Amino acid sequence: MTDKLISIEAIAKRYPAPGGGETTVFENLWLAIARGEFVCMIGHSGCGKTTVLNILAGLDTPSEGVVIVDNQAIEGPALDRAVIFQSHALLPWRTVLGNVAYAVGAKHKKWSKTKIKEHAEKFIALVGLKGAEYKRPSELSGGMKQRVGIARALSLEPKMLLMDEPFSALDALTRGTLQDEVRRICLSTGQTVFMITHDVDEAIYLADKIVLMTNGPEAQIAEIVENPLPKERERNQIHKHADYYAVRNHLIDFLVSRSRTFKEEMAGKSWDPMNVPLVRPVASPPSAPEPLRKRA
Amino acid sequence: MSISFRAGVVSVLILAIFLVAWHIATSGTGAVQQMDPEYAKLMGLNATQGKSAMPGPLQVGATLWQHLTNPFYDNGPNDKGLGIQLAYSIARVGAGYLLAVLVAIPLGFLIGMSQLMSRALDPFIQVLKPISPLAWMPLALYTIKDSSLSAIFVIFICSVWPMLINTAFGVATVRKEWLNVARTLEVGSLKRAFTVILPAAAPTILTGMRISIGIAWLVIVAAEMLVGGTGIGYFVWNEWNNLSITNVINAILVIGIVGMVLDQILARAAKLVTYPE
Repeated sequence: MTDKLISIEAIAKRYPAPGGGETTVFENLWLAIARGEFVCMIGHSGCGKTTVLNILAGLDTPSEGVVIVDNQAIEGPALDRAVIFQSHALLPWRTVLGNVAYAVGAKHKKWSKTKIKEHAEKFIALVGLKGAEYKRPSELSGGMKQRVGIARALSLEPKMLLMDEPFSALDALTRGTLQDEVRRICLSTGQTVFMITHDVDEAIYLADKIVLMTNGPEAQIAEIVENPLPKERERNQIHKHADYYAVRNHLIDFLVSRSRTFKEEMAGKSWDPMNVPLVRPVASPPSAPEPLRKRA
Repeated sequence: MSISFRAGVVSVLILAIFLVAWHIATSGTGAVQQMDPEYAKLMGLNATQGKSAMPGPLQVGATLWQHLTNPFYDNGPNDKGLGIQLAYSIARVGAGYLLAVLVAIPLGFLIGMSQLMSRALDPFIQVLKPISPLAWMPLALYTIKDSSLSAIFVIFICSVWPMLINTAFGVATVRKEWLNVARTLEVGSLKRAFTVILPAAAPTILTGMRISIGIAWLVIVAAEMLVGGTGIGYFVWNEWNNLSITNVINAILVIGIVGMVLDQILARAAKLVTYPE
């Protein structure tokens, strides 16, 4: 990897177990994210995905190991890593503009009020909420609230965008539109993104790389899947791409069975958590189509 | 017809029925006793003419009108206008309540934010909270040596607990995600207290303040009965000693109305800081 923005190095998270001893959620986890990359992490509940994201955000600390951002170990939350929360986490007593301006003002403490407002308005317009600046979160639909959350994070112009299942609480139609917009914005600005999702299709549509995590406790990164689809993709066209089903089936297979049996799969084989396999599922060369069965 | 209009009509009806029943109940004459005329002079009208000692609504209304038209007269220590007495009570409640706000809200923040302080102070709060505020009165009189200040202290001590407990609860239960937003934005702790925790906890704090003002207004009447001198509580007791039931009823009415106004002010304030989610 050439331009490494984030380097997760040997992090572990342990909790005291109820009956004494410790529960290890994950340990010896290594992951590098290059600048401008869109990385999705997929895994079942309880594998510690959110913990990994919170550690990246600085909201949680690893029991062991470090995370390095731009050659500096992180020591808590910082404005260069913006978080889009699953539950949008807007301050309900502030307007849309107030919520975004709060973030802008926190980053640019010396800016004048008008400058903060202009900057905030620019990002509100970017997520398509022009005209709703003075509404309160309670007057917005779920999708609009999440747009404000996205505008707030983007207005910080962070090095890294962290998203914790940002669209999981939305209906399918809204989710689709928001995925399109996040993709458009991140592509145009070259934004580095780390996103957690449950949704295989979301990962295929958005990600350059998909990190697969095995089931917890003692979860591991099993492998990193490189998305074989071209960077320019369209939501309603990708399923026609030759490699689409190869990557989709690979991910589904992993979630259905391999995430559970991965340890057995690796038994006896050499396993290097620092260097997990990078796979690129592509369509197998076309075999001769089977003759259609004639109707009786 | 809207429900509020109909409710208003029913309210007026209930009031009318009550006033009529009151009037009828007090206007009748009871048995008249035969007695020595010298002795009869010493007795009230209820003994000599069978009139009820309980005033009727018209009588109460007439004196109320007198009080309302001339609320601020001052004819010496035992004859002051209702307005002056109320002003004394409201001033005492205001002073004690303000002191309680100044102590309870910062302390509540501390308890709400620090688990250590929350646990350390909990036994004291649990023991001090259920003490009747009037039980402090002798101690206050002994140490402060000023009856008016003692009354203020009693108001302080009774209104501090609901505010303290509600503030601590409101601060401790601020949604974690809002705090996380502030943390990811690297907002300093003082700014976080004012821009996230205070607005988030404000509705709960205002609820505590509303409970407190209600209790303070309940307690001031009793405290002034003990302390004497001035105030609406003293007025009630003084008029009882004068056997003026009319004035006692007037005072009761006024106490109720002032209490309602105080409660409504806090309710309005609570509405201002409440946010829909």
